[in-house]
Amino acid sequence: MSVVYILWLREVKKYLRSRAQIIASLGSPLMYLFVLGFSLGPVFQKAGEGSYLQFMAPGIMAMTVLFTAMFSGIAMLWDRQFGFLKETLVAPVPRIWIMLGRTLGGATVASIQGTIIFIVTLVAGFRPQHWFMVPVAFLIIIMIAVVFAALATAIGSTLKEMQGFQMVMNFLVMPIFFLSGALYPLNGLPAALQVLTHADPLTYGIDGVRGVLLGTSHFGVALDVGVLAAVGAVFLVLGAWRFSKIDV
Amino acid sequence: MSDGPIISLRNVTKKFGDVTAVNDVSFDVQRGETFAFLGPNGAGKTTTIRMLTTLTRPTSGTIAMDGLDPVTHPTDVRRRFGVVFQDPSLDQELTAWENMEVHGVLYHVPRKETRERATLLLELFELYDRKDALVKTFSGGMRRRLEIARGLLHTPTLLFLDEPTLGLDPQSRNQMWTHVKNLNKSEGVTVFLTTHYMDEAERVADRIAVIDHGRIVAIGSAAELKAQTKTESLEAAFLALTGHAIREETAGAADRMRQMAAMFRRR
Repeated sequence: MSVVYILWLREVKKYLRSRAQIIASLGSPLMYLFVLGFSLGPVFQKAGEGSYLQFMAPGIMAMTVLFTAMFSGIAMLWDRQFGFLKETLVAPVPRIWIMLGRTLGGATVASIQGTIIFIVTLVAGFRPQHWFMVPVAFLIIIMIAVVFAALATAIGSTLKEMQGFQMVMNFLVMPIFFLSGALYPLNGLPAALQVLTHADPLTYGIDGVRGVLLGTSHFGVALDVGVLAAVGAVFLVLGAWRFSKIDV
Repeated sequence: MSDGPIISLRNVTKKFGDVTAVNDVSFDVQRGETFAFLGPNGAGKTTTIRMLTTLTRPTSGTIAMDGLDPVTHPTDVRRRFGVVFQDPSLDQELTAWENMEVHGVLYHVPRKETRERATLLLELFELYDRKDALVKTFSGGMRRRLEIARGLLHTPTLLFLDEPTLGLDPQSRNQMWTHVKNLNKSEGVTVFLTTHYMDEAERVADRIAVIDHGRIVAIGSAAELKAQTKTESLEAAFLALTGHAIREETAGAADRMRQMAAMFRRR
């Protein structure tokens, strides 16, 4: 257990020490929130969907969590070739502990980033329907963080080079974000898009956060949480398996 | 399991695609011995160490570490050794002290003992004053010293040193080998080392194996190797055994990453 803890602590310490990274990673969510939020707001309103800021704020929070969690996969690639990963791989501890420490560390960092964005959305004018539901929303945020940190571990264990991660960003992470309903409502989509959005685990995460914070959910919060838990379990097993196969 | 060789390789071969890095290698390392593994670049030294340290599996042949197969009993095997890799494996975003602490936890060293030994080792390698500085602010030599200090934190039965003195000044090299020799004498630690400095191998090693093109070409004490090749120095013996041609290595993913890392560090 202490092994999981120390590796978790390492991820969190590294995060808290890299102020530049913290600020840099807040850049794109702020762009989405302010530029898209305020420019599309009037159109959204005219379409009878209410406040766009209210609608997209949970999506931007989840997006931040997604990007930060996936980034922990890059950190792993970096660690892998000339860094610290080897030191942990030759240690006399089961690899599953190492994998869990890293993954939970990555998920914690992602959740902290999500929290910062939550505060920013409050400043921008976002108001949850019921304040007492905010802790529940955070439980869902943490679930999203674990799902994608585990996926990042699986990918980081499989890829050998940095260039591969560019592919992952463009062909996996960006689609996950754009197909998640972070920026648009899920009703009335073309059939193909509907299938894709329903296959995207982030869709359920964002829907769950919306359900809890705004009282408007497409699938129902129970289904959202169920899907996240199931996908999270699958990704954790996948990550642990890929991690156990690392050959440096 | 307390007698018999601590390392035993039988017909071990490792292939990467069409390239045979290690070709039908067999040898033993005895308990308490200091064993030098020498060879030109790309001869198969590091690949052999990676197989022995459970980081990669042999394509064929068997390895026994203290009687245990690293493929089937990786955790038990890992418990028995410490390793200083050729490539840096420090966490640059942590301080020197934190690197020692993490190592202590990974190797189940009690906290009090970790503190005592970390203090001792950091003082020995003259890093104690900088113990709370981030490793990324360290010079190459300091990193190397920290890497060695960390490898010695838990007292392993078997210590792998893969070109540990690369980039160290003579003072630090001397300090390190003196300490390793002490560990070997006082605690009976078996030392398996690779180096390009023949004087070091001659000074510390009881036995030397020379590997070239993935095969063991000679094995014995420095005196035996010199006698076998009718040469005056180990360096001459090494050249007689492996030839004068400079080896070409193809750059793998790791090398490219290393170059990239070097670029980043230069900022």
